[in-house]
Amino acid sequence: MTGAETVDRAALVEVLTRIGDSTLILGHRVSEWCGHAPVLEEDIALANTALDLIGQTRLWLGLAAEVEGKGRSADTLAYLRDAAAFRNLLLVERPNGDFGATMMRQFLFDAFHIDLLQALAGSTDTRVAEIAAKSIKEVSYHLERSSDLIIRLGDGTEESHARMQAALDDQWSYAGEFFVSDASDKAVAAAGIAPDPADLRAGWLARITPVLEEATLQMPTGTFVHKGGKQGRHTEHLGFILADMQFLQRAYPNSVW
Amino acid sequence: MRPDTDQIWAWLAEVPDPEIPVISITDLGIVRDVVWEGETLLVTVTPTYSGCPATSIINLDIETALRARGIDNLRIERRLSPPWTTDWIGPEAREKLRAYGIAPPIDGTAADGRLAARVDRLAGGGNLAIACPRCGSTQTEKISQFGSTPCKASYRCTDCLEPFDYFKCI
Repeated sequence: MTGAETVDRAALVEVLTRIGDSTLILGHRVSEWCGHAPVLEEDIALANTALDLIGQTRLWLGLAAEVEGKGRSADTLAYLRDAAAFRNLLLVERPNGDFGATMMRQFLFDAFHIDLLQALAGSTDTRVAEIAAKSIKEVSYHLERSSDLIIRLGDGTEESHARMQAALDDQWSYAGEFFVSDASDKAVAAAGIAPDPADLRAGWLARITPVLEEATLQMPTGTFVHKGGKQGRHTEHLGFILADMQFLQRAYPNSVW
Repeated sequence: MRPDTDQIWAWLAEVPDPEIPVISITDLGIVRDVVWEGETLLVTVTPTYSGCPATSIINLDIETALRARGIDNLRIERRLSPPWTTDWIGPEAREKLRAYGIAPPIDGTAADGRLAARVDRLAGGGNLAIACPRCGSTQTEKISQFGSTPCKASYRCTDCLEPFDYFKCI
């Protein structure tokens, strides 16, 4: 018997939706840079990163819909839910800010994402393990790139350094939500399907510390954490993203091309 | 009479990749299995990147090619595991890529660090220098880890000064 057969189905749907919604909303945010990045190469890199994240979203939300068993699909989950039903981390729905802030958000997320996927690749549920193994290959490139840019911009000019430090200070309390577990997380972790998010914190710190040091950035000491995204309590920004992203399906239901 | 799977593989070898038409979908290594299940032909395909926009076009091209050969009972399935790797691109296909202007992948340079390929590289089995597909110079530099499609990175030759795509390893 696999973990998926013993775990509470609603908890598993919840956890899969959290992963898929986080990659979806981050992918959408990153795609907003298309045509606006500081140089062409970065524009292309951002669009590629967004594409990877949206591709992963199709797999995660597709699986969430399958486990849920109510006839929904990745598309209906993405386009036909309102903000309170979204389960993404708060960090990923925050506005892009400048290029440095976008890269800081990406770096903080990538460093968490890679370890989350490494743990999921060992899942007792083979469907979860397969999606994770596929995604790791893509996210390895995301982390390599965001780490490079954090170092280059942090240890850059006085202006770029100040902006990167400000971005880190601003986003730190949102990154804390990565590691806040609730009952659904614990139920799924107990079945060996996904890690307990709280257990990923030490690895994340070990990943980001040397990069921030090389970037000459000061790691914030604050312990306050903004949370609630994983339970559907969002910032005011998510509604605006959904209004943009869902417009077509809301205005022209069931349209396809 | 239904054609045998060797014949089907030969037909699939004529289906070009929609984004890099000089190589076929079998050159790329994304067709994982071809089997008859009773009267239905099952073709299993693995995506290169999870968000690759060519995936649905590839499925359509497979269906079109096989229907044109008279196969009407056809099912295409997606298989994620084992995940696609550039190691599955064969030597001939790598030469076709080079002739087309895309530097072929060099094993062992994947960001996720495949151990076997790294060992091979350390033992001198791999050539880490990415040669310019135009002039052959190994004096090249990376411009960006990301290129015109998800599977490519952008490089520049410092001898002939031409930019080129490198088929990056995953």
